[in-house]
Amino acid sequence: MIAALFAQISTGDDLYVAQNIFWWFIAILMVIAAIKVVTTDNIVHAALYLVIVLAGVAAQFIFLGAEFAAATQVLVYIGAIVVLLLFGIMLTRGSLGDEELTDNEQRGMGALVGLMLFAVMAFALVDGFEDVVLPEDTRNLVEVQAPIDTTLDDDTFINVTRGSDTAAIGDAIFEKYIVPFEAVSVLLLAALIGAIVIARKE
Amino acid sequence: MLLNQFLLLAGALFCIGVYGVIVRRNGVMVLMSIEMILNAVNINLVAFGAFNGTPIGSVFALFVIAVAAAEVGIGLAIVLLIYRNKKSIDFSEVDTLKG
Repeated sequence: MIAALFAQISTGDDLYVAQNIFWWFIAILMVIAAIKVVTTDNIVHAALYLVIVLAGVAAQFIFLGAEFAAATQVLVYIGAIVVLLLFGIMLTRGSLGDEELTDNEQRGMGALVGLMLFAVMAFALVDGFEDVVLPEDTRNLVEVQAPIDTTLDDDTFINVTRGSDTAAIGDAIFEKYIVPFEAVSVLLLAALIGAIVIARKE
Repeated sequence: MLLNQFLLLAGALFCIGVYGVIVRRNGVMVLMSIEMILNAVNINLVAFGAFNGTPIGSVFALFVIAVAAAEVGIGLAIVLLIYRNKKSIDFSEVDTLKG
């Protein structure tokens, strides 16, 4: 895989080189921050390292040409879920500061499980998808008809290609996947009511 | 870019999240590790969607994000309830159902 990467860099155009350099920078940053999330003793620091991981995931979505998912990632995860986690930390503040109590006694076993899981996954992935290259333009462009000039009458259209996949996602959600979408909205309502009922003081 | 770059990164995030779920005692930290696992899955979904040239990967990633928001809301409510009842959010002390 590494050899294929270098072959791609040496034969590809300059865009690939810059893209790959930034990709590796962000990926290494993400893995370091993720390890800090599960090893740091300070729970507030863990939440802030989690922000780095989530922002890195949004950057990966940008690399993959999924701008809408990246924007949703920033809004929902960094904007809402991390704030919710910080509220949870503040409301349960009694357990802050006891550094020896952040991990249980299963560190060695946990590290073994994680490493073995990664070894199996890495072997399966390298074996199955060795050197498969992503398409150069991964955006899901849709051709839409749009009026070129509003002063013209409405019958004058030109085929334009939109530069993002938002239109394609909207088409998919509201046509083919409308039933799962409605199910998710009912699920969110149920979760909202359930959270209020569970956390309410009697 | 290679497809495997994204898949291996997602695998690394997933395994780090599994380690966190096993090792952490604090309930909020366990929830953070679960969020990392869900994000690894999202990277995989979007990567395969981009590989196949469909927006379906992004669509399912959006569904996963919505379900994760519901999950973290309920999870924090449960953690707050445990804290109120036990004055601690140490998950290794929550063993009332242990035989």
